[in-house]
Amino acid sequence: MNSATTETFAFTAENLEKAKAILAKYPEGREASATMPLLTLAQRQNANWLPRAAMDVVADMVGLPPIRVYEVATFYTMYNLKPVGKHHVQVCTNISCLIKGSDDVFKVCKKKLGVGNGETTPDGLFTLQEVECLGACVNAPMMQIGDDFYEDLTPETTEKVLDALAKGETPKAGPQSGRKGCEPAGGLTTLKEEA
Amino acid sequence: MLKDKDRIFKNIYGLKDTSLKGAMALGDWDKTADLIAKGREWIVEEVKSSGLRGRGGAGFSTGMKWSFMPKAVGERPHYLVINADEGEPGTCKDREILRNEPHKLVEGALLASVGIGAHACYVYIRGEFYREAEALQRAIDEAYEAGMIGKNACKSGYHFDMYIHMGAGAYICGEESALIESIEGKKGQPRLKPPFPANCGLYGCPTTVNNVESIAVVPEILRRGGSWFAGLGREKNTGIKLFCISGSVNTPCTVEEEMGVPMKELLEKHCGGVTGGWDNLKGVIPGGCSVPVMTKGMCDNALMDYDGLMEHGSALGTAAVIVMDKSVDVVRAVTRLSRFYMHESCGQCTPCREGTGWMWRMMERIVDGNATVDEIDVLQDVTKRIEGHTICALGDAAAWPIQGLIRNFRGDMEAKINAKAGNPAKAAE
Repeated sequence: MNSATTETFAFTAENLEKAKAILAKYPEGREASATMPLLTLAQRQNANWLPRAAMDVVADMVGLPPIRVYEVATFYTMYNLKPVGKHHVQVCTNISCLIKGSDDVFKVCKKKLGVGNGETTPDGLFTLQEVECLGACVNAPMMQIGDDFYEDLTPETTEKVLDALAKGETPKAGPQSGRKGCEPAGGLTTLKEEA
Repeated sequence: MLKDKDRIFKNIYGLKDTSLKGAMALGDWDKTADLIAKGREWIVEEVKSSGLRGRGGAGFSTGMKWSFMPKAVGERPHYLVINADEGEPGTCKDREILRNEPHKLVEGALLASVGIGAHACYVYIRGEFYREAEALQRAIDEAYEAGMIGKNACKSGYHFDMYIHMGAGAYICGEESALIESIEGKKGQPRLKPPFPANCGLYGCPTTVNNVESIAVVPEILRRGGSWFAGLGREKNTGIKLFCISGSVNTPCTVEEEMGVPMKELLEKHCGGVTGGWDNLKGVIPGGCSVPVMTKGMCDNALMDYDGLMEHGSALGTAAVIVMDKSVDVVRAVTRLSRFYMHESCGQCTPCREGTGWMWRMMERIVDGNATVDEIDVLQDVTKRIEGHTICALGDAAAWPIQGLIRNFRGDMEAKINAKAGNPAKAAE
């Protein structure tokens, strides 16, 4: 996340290969379809944010005027247009999470990290963000950090996850309650006959 | 209760092997070539006779939708697009198919493609489902490797390719024409219809867009016959369905049940009941955040299917059941949904772009008790000026939860306004 990355951008050799594979998914003459996946690839290479230089590189690769790519990059919320922390903590506060206590989860995050919504810790380790439904509602409340979901949270387990990340550890993703996924806690009600 | 032998998703919790080998052991990819050999017309007719209705929310007949595709493939190729942009608050069923039952989706995509004359399929997965997309990609790779899809899919002579296209955080891309725009590399703003995708969809070619769950149930329907599926549930509301029940229940979960299951039975058999007991129930949003909230009185006898919920002025939607007990502030909950729609409006149509913000701000005034009682009528009027006045249904979806709240929980809204002492708006009266 150094300042130089805002001036220039180039895909690494490895990512250029990935970019080729992405372009090959779409019919000839439809390279514009690769805009979103290429922006995502660029963002993942660049500490999870997109400088304008990266958008220009993508525009060139898909043969679009840069403004068309800026339109896309500013429309979708997952493209970060300014630097974000190493761990992007996104807390869902939509209805199912709200009912199950996301207020408390978000409060713990704010207190623990010492930042407000949309802010990054001074050490650049965490960015905290309140987000819309992430689609894990039966495992509410939940948050996404990086590529992983942390579900069935309580204020205590939220704190544990953040502590582990601060220490450089990788906390186990998924439900923090002991269940595997979306099955009912306390025992299956279906699919028992052949188990 | 539905018998386990009639369940389609036998590994929905991912407790067994999710790989190709595991999926085959549970019955996936069984004589797929024979089904392909029966031909396009047979597949469409079988799905029509099953009565399957789209599982993404609108509930349109899947077989009928397929039959709208041109009969012969001309110069323009046909496409199948699978909508895995699951983001309707409360909804988390497709996620389980993607990560635990991906082979049902791959096999279903192949068979559906034969049904509509397509040789390529794009699966549009919401960007946040990174791990789920990894799981589906693994299944796609396995299927290519084993010759199930590709140049000579299942040795049937049919050529079929399947690709994943990831979204990047926009609820509106769950609307089919916005989704198509997004695959084409543009902002996800819905198109005017007509033309409909069956005539002019992806890249201007004939396209069918189906929900993940609709496609994933196709192989089992074809193997067991449309009449088997049609024999479950009720007339016009046939088959089985994944329900995801969240909120104020003791054990929230996703579960496969027969259509038309009584709501009370669904919550008590699978979810440990409403927290604090059935009598502690305040209300239920039965089909994802876009459908009107129901009172306990309505829930007492409601059947969970399209017609059963319509009887109570609500809808099945995505079958995402959001339960609220008496400790939940239902007015605040709906206000949170209003903020969601404001955030997700694509900005194309003025009534939605401006109106969703108006509605949210008015709801905030009511939640905080800063409004006057007659503002509730003004709010109702605003919802009517948005509903039906936009290109896509997001405007409607933003209006309906508020209309449902006013219809069924007006007393709660008034109580908030009346409870606030020293309300400046009231002092002026």
